[in-house]
Parts: sequence; C-alpha cells; structure tokens
Amino acid sequence: MAARAHEAANPGDRRLSVAAAHSTGAAGPSRDSMHREVARLRWKTWTCAAVVILSNVFGNFFLKWGMPASLPTPLDYITVLFRPVVALGVVLLILWLASRMALLSWADLSYVLPVTAVGYVLVAVAGRVLLHEQITARRWTGIGLIMLGVALVGGGSAPQTARPKTDSPGADR
Amino acid sequence: MRWVLLAIMVGATTVGEVLQAMGMRRHGEIRDFRPGALGRAFSLLARNWCVVASVVAMAVSFFAYLGLLTVSELSFAVPASAATCVFETVLAKYVLHERVNWVRWAGASLVVCGVALVSL
Repeated sequence: MAARAHEAANPGDRRLSVAAAHSTGAAGPSRDSMHREVARLRWKTWTCAAVVILSNVFGNFFLKWGMPASLPTPLDYITVLFRPVVALGVVLLILWLASRMALLSWADLSYVLPVTAVGYVLVAVAGRVLLHEQITARRWTGIGLIMLGVALVGGGSAPQTARPKTDSPGADR
Repeated sequence: MRWVLLAIMVGATTVGEVLQAMGMRRHGEIRDFRPGALGRAFSLLARNWCVVASVVAMAVSFFAYLGLLTVSELSFAVPASAATCVFETVLAKYVLHERVNWVRWAGASLVVCGVALVSL
C-alpha cells in the first residue's frame, strides 16, 4: 500500500520497482521480454522521429518556397493556403503534427525536443542548397552544437523515463 | 516586427506543445497504426481538452510563423523558434513531472546554444 502510494507520487519509479522485483526473483516480466520491449520502443521511436523530422523539414521548405513576398491583409493569410506549393507544405505539416502527437503518446517531451531538433539542421541545409540562403561559419558552428545535443540525448537517454501506466480509454490499443 | 511575431510564435508553441504532451500522455501509447484504430484514436483525441487547446495554440503559432516567413529568411525563422526548447524542458520537469536528467539538460542547452548561433 505504501509502495503503491509512493509510486503514484513518483510515477517514474515504476520502472525501478519493476527492475527490483525482477532482480529479487519476484513475479514480473522476464529479462527477455523486457529486452524485447526496450528494442520495440526504440525502433518505434526512431521510425516515428524520422517521420516527424522529414515532414517538418519538407513542410517548412514548401511553405517558404510558395510564400509571396508580403501578406498585406489578414485575408491574404487564408488565400495563400490555396496555392499548391503552400498547400503541400500544409499537408506535410499536418503529417508532422500527427506523427509528433503519436510520438508523444509514449516518449517524454524532454526527449522528443532535442532529438527532433535535427530538423533545424536539415532546414538550414535545405535553405542553403535549394533556396541559396547564406550559411556563415557561425551558423555552421551552431549546426554542430545542435547535432551534438541531438546525439547526446538520442544516444544516451531512454525515450521514456517517467510514464505512469494510464487507464484512460484508448490506451494501449 | 519580426521579433514581435517571434515572441507570439514562441509563446503559443510552448503552451501548445506542453498541452499536446499532456493530452497524449492522458491518452496513452498508440500501438495500432491501422486506419480504423487511428480513426478511433482521433475521435478520442478530439474530445481531449488538452489536445483541442493545444491545436488552437498551434494554429496561433502557425499564423505567426507565416507572418515571420514573409519578413525573414527560412534559416532564421525556423532555428529562432527553437527557443521554445528551453521553456518546454523546464515545463516538462515542473508541469509534466518528467525526470529531466543531466543528459537531457545538456542536450537541450546545446540545442539552444546552437540555435542562438544559427539565428544571430
């Protein structure tokens, strides 16, 4: 009872309590099934993160490509959405939103943010290659730091550290 | 003007993404990606107030972003918006109660420093 109350107050401790139960031989998931679960989650996370990143990069790119030089009236903000290239950008950004929501259904926000930041690098490179925007030495340094942050969190942190099991409808279906 | 639009975008994005994470956590892990199951998940999410509010905030952010794109380069607009990263990491710790260990703080800090260099 006390352990359950503690777990409710500190949902991140669930994983630790499962590991402790396993190490003491108490009933719990086997080592194989835990490894399979970790591998499944990692594969699923990276696949979904790739969709999030690519849809964001190309969505932003098409949006910029189709954008006129100025939007003088509020109505222009709506009518511009019907330009084919802008519309393609919007469709890709809807895919970005949906895939990001799916990713957040199992991964922590503090994990998703740095890992998907690789998109910022790809956007800067796309701006350079396809729109002929300038990337100065300072910007390349910034790109390097972003990549370092992505590698650190992506390689050195599990996607999910504190996730209470939910009983809400729709969970785990 | 571009700094005003950037401020609106950063504020709306931060609120929107934290609400989105909160709503998706309430919903639980999406495991079935078949169209029928996704449709059912969508109808549940449409009744999740956190997700609905996050979409409204993201819409505000999106139109601020459209305005920003007209007055700045793509390679300024997108990286500058990554300032949300630091605000969201703080809110992830104190509002979503995630365990933000040193690796994640370091990663978020590197991303923010990188973004500052890319944007300035």
